[in-house]
Amino acid sequence: MLSIRNLSKTFSSAGEPVHVLRGVDLDLKAGERVALTGESGSGKSTLLHLIAGLDAADGGTIRLEGTEVTKLSDAGRAGLRRDRIGLVFQQYNLIPSLSVGDNLVFQARIAGRYDAAWYKELIERLGLGGLLKRYPEQLSGGQQQRVAIGRALATKPSLLLADEPTGNLDEATAEDVLALTRDLVTRTGCGFLMVTHSLHLAATLDRHVNLHAGRIA
Amino acid sequence: MRRALWVLAVLLSHWRRHKMQFATLLIGLIAATALWSGVQAINQQARNAYDRAAATFGGARTPMLVAPDTATFPQELFVKLRRAGWPVSPVLEGRVQVNGRSVRLLGIEPVTLPVDVGNAPRLGAADLSSFVAPPGQTLVARETLTDLQEQEGAAPPISSGVKLPPLRVLPQLVPDVLVVDIGVAQRLLNKPDQISRLLVGKPNGKLAPLARVVGDQLQRVEPNAETELERLTDSFHLNLTAFGLLSFFVGLFIVNSAVGLAFEQRLPMLRTLRACGASARLVNTVLVVELVALALVAGLIGLACGYFIAAALLPDVAASLRGLYGAQIPGQLTLQPEWWLAGIGISIAGALVAAATSLIKAVRMPVLATAQPRAWQQRQRRWLILQSLAACAVFAVALLLLQYGQSLIAGFGVLAALMLGAALILPAFLELILLVGQRFARRPLALWFWADSRQQLSGLSLALMALLLALAVNVGVSTMVETFSRTFIGWLNGRLAADVYISASDNAKGVAIRNWLKERGDVQAILSGGRAEAQVRGQPVELLGLPDHALYRERWPLLEAAPRAWTQLVPGNAAFISEQLSRRLNVRVGDVVEVPAPGGTWELDIVGIYADYGNPKGQLAVNVAALIRQFPQTPQTRIGLIVAKENIPGLIAALQKQFALDDRSVADQATVKAESIRIFNRTFAVTSALNAFTLGVAGIALLTSLLTLANSRLPQLAPLWAIGITRPRLAAIELTKTLSVALFTSLLAVPLGLLVAWCLIAIVNVKAFGWRLPFHVFPLQLVELVAVALFASLLAALLPMIRLARMQPASLVKVFANER
Repeated sequence: MLSIRNLSKTFSSAGEPVHVLRGVDLDLKAGERVALTGESGSGKSTLLHLIAGLDAADGGTIRLEGTEVTKLSDAGRAGLRRDRIGLVFQQYNLIPSLSVGDNLVFQARIAGRYDAAWYKELIERLGLGGLLKRYPEQLSGGQQQRVAIGRALATKPSLLLADEPTGNLDEATAEDVLALTRDLVTRTGCGFLMVTHSLHLAATLDRHVNLHAGRIA
Repeated sequence: MRRALWVLAVLLSHWRRHKMQFATLLIGLIAATALWSGVQAINQQARNAYDRAAATFGGARTPMLVAPDTATFPQELFVKLRRAGWPVSPVLEGRVQVNGRSVRLLGIEPVTLPVDVGNAPRLGAADLSSFVAPPGQTLVARETLTDLQEQEGAAPPISSGVKLPPLRVLPQLVPDVLVVDIGVAQRLLNKPDQISRLLVGKPNGKLAPLARVVGDQLQRVEPNAETELERLTDSFHLNLTAFGLLSFFVGLFIVNSAVGLAFEQRLPMLRTLRACGASARLVNTVLVVELVALALVAGLIGLACGYFIAAALLPDVAASLRGLYGAQIPGQLTLQPEWWLAGIGISIAGALVAAATSLIKAVRMPVLATAQPRAWQQRQRRWLILQSLAACAVFAVALLLLQYGQSLIAGFGVLAALMLGAALILPAFLELILLVGQRFARRPLALWFWADSRQQLSGLSLALMALLLALAVNVGVSTMVETFSRTFIGWLNGRLAADVYISASDNAKGVAIRNWLKERGDVQAILSGGRAEAQVRGQPVELLGLPDHALYRERWPLLEAAPRAWTQLVPGNAAFISEQLSRRLNVRVGDVVEVPAPGGTWELDIVGIYADYGNPKGQLAVNVAALIRQFPQTPQTRIGLIVAKENIPGLIAALQKQFALDDRSVADQATVKAESIRIFNRTFAVTSALNAFTLGVAGIALLTSLLTLANSRLPQLAPLWAIGITRPRLAAIELTKTLSVALFTSLLAVPLGLLVAWCLIAIVNVKAFGWRLPFHVFPLQLVELVAVALFASLLAALLPMIRLARMQPASLVKVFANER
């Protein structure tokens, strides 16, 4: 489903080039759950951003369900994110002015993929039933992250990308949130790539890959 | 489409959670549109009135034939020209008194009236016969009918006792004009077979040369694109427009501040939208659509407010225009569709301009860049040096204009450059003051006070610029008006030499009154005056007959005079000239002015220049006996009396009883003076109102800036609260900071305002009105204005401060929670 070949990315820092990714190769099958680990600055988040089309690669290819992501225009990449990718961030990135209910349906609505039955199921599974009218600032970190996961999965994406989704949560809450995510990923059958620092959490997924010095170790 | 609507809904949801910010944005747009549109409505109304005046049966918009030296010419010339195929139509013009009020009488010949006489009101075929056939009709504007206190169909007499034909309202007619058939006009004005001018229509074929038909008895005058009235009133409308523009920009400052902060707060939202798959183009398009929609709503509300502002100001504007230029503007507002469209347009354009920086940032925003709250404020600092350099360049332009500019536009250019330069340099000026404060601060809290004020400066600078401009305009205009007021009162004391003024309805009554007065012991002197009208070098000029009396010699407000000027005046071949006419004709003491009189050209040596403030017409003052010799038709109805103060009430009562004179026909000096001052005050009422509006909008700008800054200030204030400074004390410190920068701004506004006043007095007034006032500074007034500005700042700062003082500790704790 996801095929990455020889992916490279270089940034400039204080006028010096920093080679963040130096030829990354990675494959992900449909429904497979993969943890991506690595030390700080190893390029985990950069890899995730390139897969999501949030940034452009300098070299190599990313193919998602036959679509060559690296060749897409900005609008094309936006369409890909909207329709086939779900994104979860460490900082939740909810829309503060929308209620929980509106945040949940937001991406599905703009993608034209709103499914009322799935929405209802998501609310139930995520335990957000009593929180729909609240605003993000009125929720705890764990609750906010559950809303973010719900929003990302509301479109039933082909691939869920999560960048340290439990980084701001305590251990118990992190376990709960990840268990929920695994459950929902299994329910939708989408691929799941999660960046994490926690080897413990990484061990709960199907596969664990480590990024070191810009390459998959 | 659905996608766009969802993105729009998300963007709009921000406002639901930030109601004050939303209100700020709308208030800015509404204030900008309302004041701009209000002023435009007034200008449009006035321009329409000028068009009507110009087109009143052939004003300056139609080619015409006039006599080169005399005010009227024989009717037979009209007959000769018609026979020669010239499409001409006769007009006779004069003034008559109806119910004690002087109005312009226009006699026309409707059958030959050219069809292309500008946009003159048309007489339908049905009305034509009733207009021409006895008893005829007197066409009049509704406003004039009200002024004359008459009803439609009434036939009031003029001062000679002859009755006017029945009055009929013609709505399009300019106020203060009566239109009758030319035969009637000749009878009413006692000018049988005389014509003032011939209007020239479009010829069908080639015309015989004018000189071959009438010799040199007539000359052709081509129409002006701009009438004399328009030229005269340009400065007034420019002044109004400048006020409107200033308020518009101050309004846009508010919008800029609100949009800038909203953009910064919505940055994470925009990035999330992009992360969720909304393309950059879609998000940017929706941002623009959102702004245009808001501008549309605010524009409509602003237009409604603008309409009410214009309607409220119009009577005063009409009074100003009548007082300053003699222009007649209807007091009721009528607006064209273009005004509404232009208002909406200006609201949308203003919103887009004010939000341009934010929109450009949104377009260029990389989806992955981390949010940098308040970065837009911080970046303003980089502009500080650039802004100061730009200010220096603008000041240089002001200096060049001052040195080399000759026109009224150049005068306004100097003003605009001064204000723009001062606004641009203000942040650097304040930064310098605060830096000095910081250098000398010793106690930690004082150090923080100055350092934090500097940090806050970038967020407040636009509002402070607005305050600076509004206050400088207030200082400038108030100083000018106060100077004018004091000069005017001094001048009035000189001009109103007599103790009692009488205006007789006709010459016979004038003679009777004079004879009666001669018999009375309480009258020390009878001073007869007179007025006639003439054209000098194409300018309408009033000839004022002065009696030869010691009182006039003592008091007449001469600015410049030749030796023995009053003695030279007596024989009748010398005149004083009013200051504005001397500038218009470029005539100095010692020059000669030729006045076309009924008996031929009257040559007058100019032996003095006098102040004649507030008179739209140019004036020549001559000996009254000489005036009557040259202009035998001069009404001898004006009489001034020297009477001991204690005898005045008794004399007036006796005059009223003896000659059935009403209060308008006989008045003592104090009454006339009070009436003149009342008119003067009303003339500048509109200026005061616009001053107040501008200062009000600047206050709102400051309030909105402080409110929008209030939330972003929490991270700076929370640590101080955490180390033990109470919330009320924090609020007091914040208030002191705001008032300090407002005070520094106000202190800079004072010299700037005085400079503005000097420009108005020494450049703009001279170009616009033709007179120059002495420059005075009124310290008490300046102190008052600074106090008003500080009070406005205090009001603006109060709400955010109360909020801070009452803020729940939980809100302050959140700052630390968010930092984790």
